[in-house]
Amino acid sequence: MKTTKPFISWRTITESRLFFPLLALAIILAFDLIFVPGFFNFSTMDGHLYGSIIDVLRNGSSIMLLAIGMTLVIATGGVDLSVGAVMAIAASVAALMMNPYVLATELPPNLAKLVFDPHFTYSPLWLVIIVTLLISTICGLWNGLLVAYGRIQAMVATLILMIAGRGIAQLITNGIRIQIFYDPYAFIGNGWIILPFPLYIVTVVFLAAWIITRRTAIGLFIESVGINFRSSFFSGIDEKKIKLLAYAFCGFCAGVAGLIASSNIKTSDANNIGLTLELDAILAVVIGGTLMSGGRFSLLASVIGALVIQAMTTSILSIGVPAFAIQAIKGVFVIFVIVLYSDQVRGFIRRITAPKGVTL
Amino acid sequence: MAETDSTILKMTGISKSFPGVQALENVDLSLKQGEILALVGENGAGKSTLIKVLTGVEHPDTGTITLFGRDTRVRSPQHAVDLGISTVYQENNLCMNLSVAENIIIGREPMRFLWWKVNLEGLSPSARRIIRMLVYIDWQTMHALAKKLLLELGVDIDVTQPLGSYSVAIQQMVAIARALEISNAKILIFDEPTSSLDLDETRQLFDVMKQLKQKGVGIVFITHFLNQVYEVSDRITVLRNGKLVGTYETRQLPHLDLIAKMIGRSLSGLDEMTKIKLRTMKTIKKEPCLTARGVGRAGAIKPFDLDLHRGEVVGLAGLLGSGRTEIASLLYGTETPDVGTLIVENQAVKNFSPLDSIKRGVVLCPEDRKGEGIVDDLTVRENIILALQASRGWFRYLSTPQQYEIAERYIKLLNISTPSADQAVKNLSGGNQQKVILARWLAANPEVMILDEPTRGIDVGTKTEIQKLVLTLAEEGKSCVFISSELEEVIRTSHRIVVLRDREKVGEFVGETDEQKIMKTMAGSEA
Repeated sequence: MKTTKPFISWRTITESRLFFPLLALAIILAFDLIFVPGFFNFSTMDGHLYGSIIDVLRNGSSIMLLAIGMTLVIATGGVDLSVGAVMAIAASVAALMMNPYVLATELPPNLAKLVFDPHFTYSPLWLVIIVTLLISTICGLWNGLLVAYGRIQAMVATLILMIAGRGIAQLITNGIRIQIFYDPYAFIGNGWIILPFPLYIVTVVFLAAWIITRRTAIGLFIESVGINFRSSFFSGIDEKKIKLLAYAFCGFCAGVAGLIASSNIKTSDANNIGLTLELDAILAVVIGGTLMSGGRFSLLASVIGALVIQAMTTSILSIGVPAFAIQAIKGVFVIFVIVLYSDQVRGFIRRITAPKGVTL
Repeated sequence: MAETDSTILKMTGISKSFPGVQALENVDLSLKQGEILALVGENGAGKSTLIKVLTGVEHPDTGTITLFGRDTRVRSPQHAVDLGISTVYQENNLCMNLSVAENIIIGREPMRFLWWKVNLEGLSPSARRIIRMLVYIDWQTMHALAKKLLLELGVDIDVTQPLGSYSVAIQQMVAIARALEISNAKILIFDEPTSSLDLDETRQLFDVMKQLKQKGVGIVFITHFLNQVYEVSDRITVLRNGKLVGTYETRQLPHLDLIAKMIGRSLSGLDEMTKIKLRTMKTIKKEPCLTARGVGRAGAIKPFDLDLHRGEVVGLAGLLGSGRTEIASLLYGTETPDVGTLIVENQAVKNFSPLDSIKRGVVLCPEDRKGEGIVDDLTVRENIILALQASRGWFRYLSTPQQYEIAERYIKLLNISTPSADQAVKNLSGGNQQKVILARWLAANPEVMILDEPTRGIDVGTKTEIQKLVLTLAEEGKSCVFISSELEEVIRTSHRIVVLRDREKVGEFVGETDEQKIMKTMAGSEA
């Protein structure tokens, strides 16, 4: 087979799926470089790395995780609105397993001592993690069953769990915000091994997702189902199983994000954990260039999309915009993204990078 | 010409091409006042494109439309309505949740102000806009008007009820009433109006059509039911493959000739194809690789028997809706039969699904290339390996070099013209897309290939290539079920022909080359 010798031109760069997410990220970082002094400073403490960039990576880990799962769901032509609620469920399950005693309103002194002991947990940590992830995967399976086998529109089907999920999370903890004192659990969200520990989790989940989709046929099947599910069905692809898998994995990712989030704030706050994060995750996937109608996807581009959102949030905060106004500024940013991704801008970039002598 | 005066519509030299397909090529059509013109042709003949051009949905590449003696460019569907061209579509585009009266009169409601009736017709748009703010809908008059219009069509129903509460036939009548009401139509197009009607309702519709004809309305009538063509039409225009075959007086065109004109007639004698066919006739093995015994499904196809031997091509001949595609879906497993047994490679089939079927070695190249064939955003390579990969499952993933090897092999074998195996398949022409799908199924290494209209909408050269490929595959010991609307093609390609009519197997011919005989069987007793 004859292939043209690969060479890097402007053209090949701008045609890459990563170009627009990276461009958006670069624009935000350039903004920070000018307006936020010290944004690019790093410092070390006890051999660990700190700085605004590190904060962006650490705080963005939840969105990155959700975006990885959401990418697969959106690529099948669906959407999962329930990931924020699943995060809350995961947090409640984990907290309950570690300290079921909290549910008793007046604890006898010997139990109270146990509950507030940072070295005590009722269930071993590995069991907490496994059960939590199992339950969040089951949440994802539920969504998948409704969408693939119940033939309910994804938006409606996942809305059920989005609404019910926080209620379920409250039920699990009997309406109480369970505080988590157990130290090893806090390490999940707050630990550092040179870099923040959540980053390692994101890396592992990302690699797992990449291997599942790109080293097996699953990625191809997901794209095929998302583009044309009837053709895929006629070609012998079990489109229902593929969808089920995508939703289940999305639930799993939400579970991991829920563990990190609850470990970060050291409670099971069913009302606030993962609130509106599903929308950020969807936006991240869109910024990553996956169409909402399904089809081609890039996990890396979605992760960069998540970083774009987090970098933006962080920089808005660093230039002194009050936290309550963030949503409004975010809206402006979404407009900016839409403009950047519009046909006009794309066409402009295609024109200025077009090889000489070739008309489009 | 004496008829010039009464000719209200003349389309001359209309051509229209879509990416990869020449939908219409130099087609003429004329319609006289007070005439019913039947427009017939098999699927893909270009009927609907021609109607779309006439109603302004599509704009022709070349050609002129002369309406009431004036050259006209139909800009949009609304413009067509303004010009007096109304259409009743097959799937009616009405609002099920609105009342019957609202559906008929929508946009032209009679208005009133207190007890005065207000007529907005003939006012300037700005005056109309101001008056509209003061007046409101005169429901009583509107209902009475709707009732009267429907009574003219012989339908007596409560027009205040939502349309959705009535049968499809009534809905069809409402669509006609609306088509008549909105434009005072001079030209009325019926796009397969009878496909959802029963016999009585059809008769009722024909009465209405004849009545309209008396009033001087020109009617274009599209249908697949040929006996209906003979019942109402004055003239017949036949299209085939986007070309005009001719326009004929209905009385002077026998039934059989019409079918011949619709499906094309072979002129060549012992050409290359016939030689290959005779040669491959000898390599047909005795043992069957696929046997159907009394396989059927209610509403789709009556129980049929079918034997497919190794190395044999069996053609399915029949008009559209005769059950060709239904047989294909039963054999492939996209539909599950109610009765009968299907035996593949001496084993009775229990699981009906595409995946099980592919694993059995039976594949189907579906009729609807865009909807059920290609996955348009994927590359040529990915499209080709899709079915093979599906049969291997999720985890036995073909490595990238393997994928390229397979893709390149079939690109060469089938002569697919694409810049590279990494080209998105949507950028290929229709013929090449079809070849990619064939490659997908060949790569899955099947024993039995069911090809449903594999040559539809593709150019003649590629057509012949595909026909030859089918016979070559047969020579290599594979079996084929070949389905096509073009009888000529079926005869050229098949060793044995199964004839279908009205969802029933009605005959079988071995080595038959006499079109007349097969056509008679296709047409049944009416011929």
